[in-house]
Amino acid sequence: MKILVCVSKVPDTTTKIEFTDNQFKADNVTWIMNPTDEWYALVRAVELKEQHGGTVTIINVGGAENDQIIRKALAIGADDAVRVNAEPTDAYEVASQIASHAKEANYDMIFTGKETIDYNGFVVGGMLAELLDLPYISLASKLDSDGSKATIEREVEGGNEIIEVSGAFVVSTQKGIAEQRIPNMRGIMSARTKPLQVVEPNGEGALSTIQSYELPPQKESVKLIDAENVGELVKLLHEEAKVI
Amino acid sequence: MVLVYIDNSEGQIKKASYEVAGYGVALAEQMGTEAVGICVGNVANDALSTLGEYGLSKILNAQNEHLNYFDSQVHTKAVAKAVESTGAEVVVLSHNYNGKALSARLSARLKAGLVAGAVELPDTNNGFLVKKSVFSGKAFANYELKTDKKVISVNPNAFGLHKKGGTATVETFDAGISADDVKVKVLSVNKVSDTIALSDAELVVSAGRGLKGPENWGMIEELANTLGAATACSRPVSDVDWRPHHEHVGQTGITIRPNLYIAVAISGAIQHLAGVNSSKTIVVINKDAEAPFFKAADYGIVGDAFEVVPKLNEAIKAYKASA
Repeated sequence: MKILVCVSKVPDTTTKIEFTDNQFKADNVTWIMNPTDEWYALVRAVELKEQHGGTVTIINVGGAENDQIIRKALAIGADDAVRVNAEPTDAYEVASQIASHAKEANYDMIFTGKETIDYNGFVVGGMLAELLDLPYISLASKLDSDGSKATIEREVEGGNEIIEVSGAFVVSTQKGIAEQRIPNMRGIMSARTKPLQVVEPNGEGALSTIQSYELPPQKESVKLIDAENVGELVKLLHEEAKVI
Repeated sequence: MVLVYIDNSEGQIKKASYEVAGYGVALAEQMGTEAVGICVGNVANDALSTLGEYGLSKILNAQNEHLNYFDSQVHTKAVAKAVESTGAEVVVLSHNYNGKALSARLSARLKAGLVAGAVELPDTNNGFLVKKSVFSGKAFANYELKTDKKVISVNPNAFGLHKKGGTATVETFDAGISADDVKVKVLSVNKVSDTIALSDAELVVSAGRGLKGPENWGMIEELANTLGAATACSRPVSDVDWRPHHEHVGQTGITIRPNLYIAVAISGAIQHLAGVNSSKTIVVINKDAEAPFFKAADYGIVGDAFEVVPKLNEAIKAYKASA
């Protein structure tokens, strides 16, 4: 089984989001591997390799500072990694770089997390599948494969669907598919010497640009209502908030 | 022209499709053009003509036996063919489960700039700017699209339902899909049928670990029932299987934007807020006055959920009876 796992680098969940001159203020930000890429996509890929044999390759699009999160992915159990040396400005640029690599490497499965916690698009997996002309199953909460045929559970409104796919595919993963793994000392040591190949970008540009950022309006402080007077809450929800 | 994707399931039009129909019509008016729907699936013409109430003048209906289930690869081909034959400049979809997959694929196929999760109508006065929520609800970004073709997926409940009156004509559309195009097989669909889908819900009642056990959810379900709301839960609750995973809202669960979110006995960790902070109105009920959720709330009650929730249920019943 030859598996590619796409990982992204994002600001830690608790980061205070600020902008200067319409750029995200990156000072004092702790960068992490995107949670759903790490906990779900990567761990399920490593589990499948442990069960059936094969290889897990990591791909990331970014500068040399991203090597830190790539090494973490290798410590969790991936075998090797590719970093496309580019500073992407939108999801299409990312997907296009990954597609260029994947076209030549013929992976059986390509995993992504469900969304990145910075731009929240749920986009790269779908774009990648289209560029490679492969099936795409999004929001998978279970995935089993015998190497030629995979059975995948995906979430839909108010329930789930069980899907069977033969041949190569792209999948985006979410909670339920695997449990987070903490890299152990042996993993961390071996990650240092695992191959990390740096390739140059294909020159394909972005399809969109961010012109400006805004912060949401400051929330007014909470109106507290006495627990003995819930009728007041109902009145406010009807007359002031106009939601019931 | 603006092409609106009409998402559907088992022959039924999803509620999110009515919302994006209105969004597409409003955008078309802004651009001085018309909005047309494309439905790929197995929906009867009569049902599709009701989309005229939301201002669509025409619906293209692509039906054949290979299109009964949603498959992002096949549906992308079908919609791209409709884009080609209508010359549409903008495709509008819901940013729901299917829309997320389809909008990404369409963008790559058409080399069309994509805004995934728009929260407002585009600003077309000076270029084409679309606002979207980023950093898990902590900020907004204004995306500029300069490509000839554009794709916008709209966050559920961001635009609302806007009826205009009218009827749509329905035309059969040959999407050119054959058995060879279908690479995935849907083995089964498992849905909880009698509840309101959380992602579509305008009102949501949610509860956390403070309820102590799954046997205490009766009062949450009753309150939801009285309001006509969907039920949701926090991560610890779905982790220990007190509630099904599809009810879990938060960073690793689903993101929702209802008009009203009532959080009962949920402390309000930042990961939970990431899934609900775009709700229009937030009510927090918690016995701990220091719970961080109160800082994100519009209205709060400091009190024991087991006393407050049944009282609130009665108060809403009384309000409904008098309304």
